[in-house]
Amino acid sequence: MHLARVIGTVWATAKVDSLTGKRMLVVQPLTHLLEERGTPLVAVDTVSAAPGQLVYFVKSREAAKALSPTFNPADAAIVGIVDHVTVGGESIFPKE
Amino acid sequence: MFIGRVIGEVVSTVHHDAMNGRKLLIVERLDPDGTSLDETILAVDSVQAGRGDTVLVVDEGGSAALVTGLDNPPIRTVIVGVIDSIDVEE
Repeated sequence: MHLARVIGTVWATAKVDSLTGKRMLVVQPLTHLLEERGTPLVAVDTVSAAPGQLVYFVKSREAAKALSPTFNPADAAIVGIVDHVTVGGESIFPKE
Repeated sequence: MFIGRVIGEVVSTVHHDAMNGRKLLIVERLDPDGTSLDETILAVDSVQAGRGDTVLVVDEGGSAALVTGLDNPPIRTVIVGVIDSIDVEE
């Protein structure tokens, strides 16, 4: 799993049935110090995250297991909204 | 599996059910001789690892299901051991 910031939303009416009704958000992967790393990707949302929020997401086969039915093409799924990030005893998020 | 060091923690109250009661630690990947590989990943703890511990991490869904005891969890990165020592032939 990796940290990411939600930066947008994707709507796609024409899509495979198993993604029907699933919210798809654009996320920017981040390092543990909240620096941008890698390119933005689209992840299905399972926790009602909103643009701007810090979240964490799972990739590959396990992402599909975040949804039901678990047989779907999702390869990235947001599975949590972040309240705190501490590194080396220091609070990285929220910034004091 | 790979070797890592626990350098931090992520706290989250709103999350997928599979994460209920599970600790999410920030792990820095290490070379077997302990040098950092400048890459971090979030891993679910299953051995009460703490900050500074060198740990063994599995990054595959089947094992995550086994360790968490869940049926098809959306989890793949799990800390499965706290390493005491590593001996690598030069």
